[in-house]
Amino acid sequence: MKLKLHEISKSFGPVKANSNINLTVDRGEILGLLGENGAGKTTLMNILTGLYKPDSGKILIDNKLREFHNPREANKNGIGMVHQHFMLVPVFSVTENIILGEEPTNRFNKIDLENAKNKVLKISSEYKLNVDPDLIIEKLPVGIQQRVEIIKILFRDAEILIFDEPTAVLTPQEVVEFFEIIKNLKKTGKAIIFITHKLQEVLEICDRINVLRRGKIVGEEYPKKTDKKKLAQLMVGRKVNLRTSRKKMEQGEVLLEINDLSILSDNKEHVLSNVDLKLHKNEILGIAGVQGNGQTELIEALTGLRSVSSGKISYFGKEYKNFSPRKIHQLGVRHIPEDRQKQGLIGDFSLTENSILNTYYEEKFSNNITLNWANAKIEAKKIIEKFDVRTNSENISANKLSGGNQQKLLIGREMSRSINLLIASQPTRGVDVGSIEYIHNQIVSARNKGIGVILNSTELEEIIALSDRIIVFFEGKVIAEFPSDTNPNIIGLAMAGEN
Amino acid sequence: MKNSNKNNIEKNTTKKPIIVGLCLIALGCIIYIFLGLNIEGYANFRLSRPTDPFALPNLILPAHSFIGISALLIVFFGGRIIMKAPKKFTMFIALSFFLTIAAFLVWATAGKSFSLTGMLQATVVRAVPIALAAMAGIMCERVAVINIGIEGMLLAGAFAGALFGSIFGNFFGLILAILVGGFFGFILAALVVTFRVDQIIAGVAINIFVLGITSFLTSHLLKSNPELNDAPVFKSINLPILSDIPVLGPVFFKQNIFVYFSIFIVIISTYYLFKTAYGLRARAVGEHPKAAETLGISVLKTRFHHVIMGGMIAGFGGAWFTLGSVGRFDEGMTGGRGFIGLAAMIFGRWHPVGALFAALIFGFADSLQQKLAILRTPIPSEFLAMAPYLVTIIVVAGIVGNAKPPQAIGQAYVKEN
Repeated sequence: MKLKLHEISKSFGPVKANSNINLTVDRGEILGLLGENGAGKTTLMNILTGLYKPDSGKILIDNKLREFHNPREANKNGIGMVHQHFMLVPVFSVTENIILGEEPTNRFNKIDLENAKNKVLKISSEYKLNVDPDLIIEKLPVGIQQRVEIIKILFRDAEILIFDEPTAVLTPQEVVEFFEIIKNLKKTGKAIIFITHKLQEVLEICDRINVLRRGKIVGEEYPKKTDKKKLAQLMVGRKVNLRTSRKKMEQGEVLLEINDLSILSDNKEHVLSNVDLKLHKNEILGIAGVQGNGQTELIEALTGLRSVSSGKISYFGKEYKNFSPRKIHQLGVRHIPEDRQKQGLIGDFSLTENSILNTYYEEKFSNNITLNWANAKIEAKKIIEKFDVRTNSENISANKLSGGNQQKLLIGREMSRSINLLIASQPTRGVDVGSIEYIHNQIVSARNKGIGVILNSTELEEIIALSDRIIVFFEGKVIAEFPSDTNPNIIGLAMAGEN
Repeated sequence: MKNSNKNNIEKNTTKKPIIVGLCLIALGCIIYIFLGLNIEGYANFRLSRPTDPFALPNLILPAHSFIGISALLIVFFGGRIIMKAPKKFTMFIALSFFLTIAAFLVWATAGKSFSLTGMLQATVVRAVPIALAAMAGIMCERVAVINIGIEGMLLAGAFAGALFGSIFGNFFGLILAILVGGFFGFILAALVVTFRVDQIIAGVAINIFVLGITSFLTSHLLKSNPELNDAPVFKSINLPILSDIPVLGPVFFKQNIFVYFSIFIVIISTYYLFKTAYGLRARAVGEHPKAAETLGISVLKTRFHHVIMGGMIAGFGGAWFTLGSVGRFDEGMTGGRGFIGLAAMIFGRWHPVGALFAALIFGFADSLQQKLAILRTPIPSEFLAMAPYLVTIIVVAGIVGNAKPPQAIGQAYVKEN
């Protein structure tokens, strides 16, 4: 089937999320849709799948005008979407998730489970997806869950497949497998739209690339005739330095030393066992690994959010274990948490309030009864200016800022005071390319000033670009250590537990 | 370092059995000291009436030795848990609980006679409104709507049953009670699904409103017109043959339509929720509404329908208080059964069959306190009347702890456009 979008526009209040978008994708073709967060990619796809109604414009399938009012109608017209956050019910089985809404039934509306399973198995083997229909979703790894999503849309006879940031949650190995799957789908004549902000991936897999910026298509490129630099410039609208320059530095003295550290999870299982590591001054230590292999717990332990069951942590040669977060903060350890909305900032609080969240008790801001708002405002303005937070006032609430600006505010709050150790978790998740560049530069310059940095990220590219040394976590253990110039494929294998 | 690590883990896993074991040993001792000493005579439990076609002989237990053996067994279980530290010891706890109840009953009955079958029959009867409240709760919570208003819906059903039953007879009274329950389900759905009012607040509002309006109508309408508060009750229907089985017959097959229909509703709703396509969709709406919406299932409609259905079940359960038992309405006569029903729902892990068993436990506590009052034990009747609520607190605080509700519970769904 051939899909054509003609002059599609959609606004939310005063914000034009999409304006006059034209786009085509043909059968057997992979179209890359490249754009930053907030460029309007997801809005466009939600229009295509019937979740949103466009203000104006036409959708044509095989040159026939179509209109969808809900996802089911889009399905009926052969459009299926794999969402960035999977639309799977965690407690249901694979089969139940796939048939939901289109269940084959017997008498009395009883679900014909055998029939359903057979259909799932047939699709699974036809496209080499290899999924067991009886397993429960929440027990499956993310890569398999994604395949369930793919079977789900194929079960509904989709001919036009949309993937929204499909690789964001996958390990490097799973990405390779995923690319094989979509190449297979392409061979069988499906039309595929691949939405992403990762430059490398569009160049690798797509036949044609459309770049979206501020709700408009700003360019069409072909992978053979373009490169990362050109695409990044189109995407951001200005020249971008993709590689952070990082000159080699001698390791300083040992800043943090962890010996034989073990941590129990909330349900009393070992999530971290017998970990040893060392961090020096003037060093960025990258922690690579698929999410859920103990990195989060290590960082929670280092920042006082989780208690340690055994082992030793020493900081400047002194014991530092099971301290409160405030005490740790006072020692000059700064934390950029992995989820800024849940842990770093309070969305409904103003920028001023957020700026003093972990220092409000200091004499400067409080006389123990009332807060000194004048000083708090000065602090907020200082952070906003110094860390390039784009806002017109320090009085608006934090969730009014874009992801990148929220992150800059958070990093500014943590880094604007005396600091010895920076623990940064996913510092650029959901942040636009321009801000990534800025944040990376901040981290590197902190390290150049003699600070030790622990960088935890699921983006291998980020780890490799910034780290002086890389360790890989797998099932709660450090299973490998690499110098910074290691081939990403080797690190990727270690992340999957293969040595 | 390695050693301390190991010790830590062992400490975590060995502490719990020791505490539980010691508690059981203490329980055994308490039972013997408070119930077993200074007691003699026989406890006479009647299982059948002499007129029954297959009469069973009475169960006669020597009080002192029965209590002594029970206490000993409980102490033995406690010791076993400490010695062997098995991974799962729920079975031992349940057995000890059962023995405690049995010992208590024997103590209360010593030297007297007591109808065991009668108490079990009352257990089933008293479990009915709790089970129905739990079913209503399951219908709502499976689609992620918390229904705190069940108590009010029961009360509305009870009032409607009494009023309309008096005017139109018990059959139409029952139908109208169901419709009134459904009406309050509709109000709740409109508030929380359409207007996205906080679900707890909306439910509480319904409770207060129903309590107020029924009290007002009772004092201004029913008091002056006693003929409007005198509904014919549903008589019990003896199922042929089945009702002649000793013990089981009177307990399950000599009951009124409320009991039969409750069991029917439990079976139907289990089938509906877990076997049918509609049930699958409903559960999906409760777990991950957005996923359901992307597959073309209307979250709002599904929630609306189920909350109304829940209201109708609650209305039916409410009618039990009037049409199924006393035939007249009294202010606040539901006495918190709606809330106990919600506890039963949680205890039964949002599954109709589980909730039914939980309701039977609460019903047992309820009938136990009623029957013990007749035996004239030295325990003041006010304390006995607390039994069902006490059991609720113990169950909710102790056992339920880690039950997992539908994921989206309590959250309003905003449809995007």
